[in-house]
Amino acid sequence: MALDFQSILLTLQQYWAAQGCVILQPYDMEVGAGTFHPATTLRSLGPDDVWNAAYVQPSRRPTDGRYGENPNRLQHYYQFQTIMKPSPANAQELYLGSLEAIGLDVKKHDIRFVEDDWESPTLGAWGLGWEVWCDGMEVSQFTYFQQVGGIECDPVPLELTYGLERLAMFIQGIENVYELDWDGVPKDKGGKKYGDVFLRAEREFSTWNFEVAETSRLLQHFKDAEAECALLLAHEPPLALPAYDQCMKASHLFNLLDARGVISVTERQGYIGRVRALAKQCCEAWVGVGAESSEKGTN
Amino acid sequence: MTDLFLELNCEEIPARMQNKAIADLERLFLDALSQGGFAPKQSRTAISPRHMALEITGLIAQQPDTSEERRGPRIDAPDKAIDGFCAGAGVSRADLIEKDTGKGVFFFAQIDQKGASLERRLAEMVQDILSQFPWPKSQRWGRSRMSWVRPLHRVNVLLDGKAIAGQVDLGGSMSITFGAETEGHPFYTDELISLTDFDSYVNDLKRSYVIVDAAERRDLISAQAAEKATSAGLNLRADDGLLAEVTGLVEFPNVLIGKIDDAFMQLPAEVLVTSMRVHQKFFALNESDGKIAPYFMTVANRLPDSETDALIIAGNERVLRARLSDAAFFYETDQQQKLEDYLPNLEQVAFYEGLGTVADKVERLQKLIPLISDSISGCDTQAAQRAAALSKADLVTGMVGEFPELQGLMGSYYALSSGESEAVAVAMRDHYRPAGPSDRLPETREGLALSLADKIDTLVGFFGVGAKPTGSKDPYALRRAALSILRILDEADISLPLDTLFVEAARLHGFDTADADLGRFVTDRLVVRLRDSGLAYDTVAASVVDGDISQIDRQVKRARALDTVLSTETGTALIAGFRRAANILAAEEKKTGSIDAGTVNPALLAADEEKALFTAVEALSQASDETKGGLSKAMQGLADLRGPIDAFFEAIIVNAEDPDLRTNRLALLAEVRGAMMQIADFSKIEK
Repeated sequence: MALDFQSILLTLQQYWAAQGCVILQPYDMEVGAGTFHPATTLRSLGPDDVWNAAYVQPSRRPTDGRYGENPNRLQHYYQFQTIMKPSPANAQELYLGSLEAIGLDVKKHDIRFVEDDWESPTLGAWGLGWEVWCDGMEVSQFTYFQQVGGIECDPVPLELTYGLERLAMFIQGIENVYELDWDGVPKDKGGKKYGDVFLRAEREFSTWNFEVAETSRLLQHFKDAEAECALLLAHEPPLALPAYDQCMKASHLFNLLDARGVISVTERQGYIGRVRALAKQCCEAWVGVGAESSEKGTN
Repeated sequence: MTDLFLELNCEEIPARMQNKAIADLERLFLDALSQGGFAPKQSRTAISPRHMALEITGLIAQQPDTSEERRGPRIDAPDKAIDGFCAGAGVSRADLIEKDTGKGVFFFAQIDQKGASLERRLAEMVQDILSQFPWPKSQRWGRSRMSWVRPLHRVNVLLDGKAIAGQVDLGGSMSITFGAETEGHPFYTDELISLTDFDSYVNDLKRSYVIVDAAERRDLISAQAAEKATSAGLNLRADDGLLAEVTGLVEFPNVLIGKIDDAFMQLPAEVLVTSMRVHQKFFALNESDGKIAPYFMTVANRLPDSETDALIIAGNERVLRARLSDAAFFYETDQQQKLEDYLPNLEQVAFYEGLGTVADKVERLQKLIPLISDSISGCDTQAAQRAAALSKADLVTGMVGEFPELQGLMGSYYALSSGESEAVAVAMRDHYRPAGPSDRLPETREGLALSLADKIDTLVGFFGVGAKPTGSKDPYALRRAALSILRILDEADISLPLDTLFVEAARLHGFDTADADLGRFVTDRLVVRLRDSGLAYDTVAASVVDGDISQIDRQVKRARALDTVLSTETGTALIAGFRRAANILAAEEKKTGSIDAGTVNPALLAADEEKALFTAVEALSQASDETKGGLSKAMQGLADLRGPIDAFFEAIIVNAEDPDLRTNRLALLAEVRGAMMQIADFSKIEK
């Protein structure tokens, strides 16, 4: 019996907890990917020499919204994220073990590691690794981070990102995301499918993202986040974590503006550059402050 | 004689990097071993996603010890000189020997040097080569400071079947100790394979489900694919690029065949092929009538097994349905508005810094078309202009956003569905052609005109803002654009004055005139093109005028005609005659400073040979004067010159005693030289 959606999520948490990961809850802000969570972005850089964590992160991609009409595309979906620093020597083995844990027998499928150079222009980050394919379906991203916020990662963290809906669709053999069994409870006992939980949200948020969002207000919010970020970074000592919150906010506002189609091709690069500048400064502030407080800790 | 066997085991190497990587590994070790004096003889290599293997045979294991007696200064030399000699020879003063050479007593030093041992030097070589390996992109992992393409797990270094001692230092207190064991297919076996030599390695790995030789994997995929296609009554659509990529993605290929849902067969074949290729690395298949078949092929990395194969095919079919639903969505929504309704969006797309938007480019193309289509007989200028107007509209459609390689093609489909004519659609489809040396030319005259306009606008524009190719860097493929222009002019037999056209194109960009380097840039490409077509380099040099792009077609024809003439015995004789005339004139010019031979006075032509040569050279001058169609006459005139020249030099003494006769003969030779140089620069012919 294939695992239901929530069991996949819970199993992954247990699996990675058993590998010594700190299990965190989702960050309470809108982000485009699990990578934005400070547990990945900032902790990739410091201050800990060893940092292993795993969490679910709802991810919002306004331009991917399809009003609930496309069986594969969502403007809000779940990523499961594992970060291990330094990257373990048996990284691939651990990853394949996690697939086995959720009922994917790697001996019965065609698992492939296909080159994928990861780059996040908004985070000033890059790494090398692969898309992991299972029978032609991309089920994870596997990345050795090299740089975040323009700063070299040393030691090198391993980032694993699972697209949970896709993975669950694969495991349940389902072609429409809204048909995913969420809880394993029969329908006549009140059991829920993915659509029961999220279909209305997809419709309403798609409408907001594409049609309704008041762009002049979004533009103002973007500027406000940028200004607040600058204020927090200028504080003595710099407040890296609250500043980074503002950076995430600015990034998401940019995505919303993009979905509304008000950012021209030429302006795009400018906005991405502005978010990257915030991310860089936050990372620099984090590394600086982190180093000081860990010194204090050992004194 | 000693044999080296090196094996590296790392996480999946990107497919596109594998061929170069194994060639680099081989070259770097061969170079280092040669330089170290170990005299490598033969080498073999193999590469798979997780393995790299290199065998080098016939090495010298231990270089002989050397011994040398070096003479130093005289024994009564100043201390400074003696100390200097000791330091240079690496001996202490007490070790010096005194010897009488007959010319005095000198110090001598005995220098013994141990011969280098391969085993000792090899460890350093491995460290040096691996830590500086030229990967296009590489990474650190764990705490390593050293980079490799992906994390490196094993470094096996064997001499004559035995592991040598040593390690690769990765930095960050990480290291890999040399060993003699490697892994098999990670999903099928945990057992390690002991290494001894290349041949047993290849066989042992095969038993552990890794076919480590890339060529063998490729052939296996081809054979399996052909067999499965045939048994399904289908033909594989050849795709060498995809075959090479897939070969680098699997270690134990298993070709599987799956079905495409009928619902998607309405999509253009190119969309199906591209979507399958780009996203899924699937091969497409044809029916026996050449139409695309509702099937695909994928290459799994595993043992065949009927039960799991079926599951894997079903999984791949499911993914393909999702992919093609996306493509179908784009195809449908793109056509919800007419193609021309996309044009305003091009105002948002920058063409290049300083060259405006794509909308600006489209406007320029429309203005360039009539200047070009006039020179293409039978070209429908209006249709070509309409095609120009719509040529870039597909760049802002969803489908081309997803698959940039479908540009042009999608435009033509959408043009047809928007009610445009076939002529317009075909010209749009073809206007990026030829995209490379093996690509076809546009099929119609309108397509040729639009392709020329597009490339001329790009070339003149980028040169105008100073974005010219330098050295090996040509990021905007301007060399290719120039070569494509030349190919079209040549193969479609179009006579186009590029010089004036470039000026017009420059003005449309808002420049005063075309960049001064453009003419030279184009004739340089012309030289390359003609040489590549097999013409001798001196023939090409004699025919192509540097920077002259007013009549490309004539230069091309001249080069070919000249090549034909010169390859005959007549040609050889002609060149000899030309050279003789030129040498006599050069000697005269040197003597008198300059030569004003004046014109030939026919009345002074005494001998028959003089008269015959004069007649032939006059005929040649007239033939070469004519423009179109004159080429064959000019070549005939050249050939006709051969007999009279030979006869002239046989019978006539230029250096006649009568100064008037002498001057007249020099004038005749000058005319011969002039008439021949009219046709081509014969001074550059070297045969």
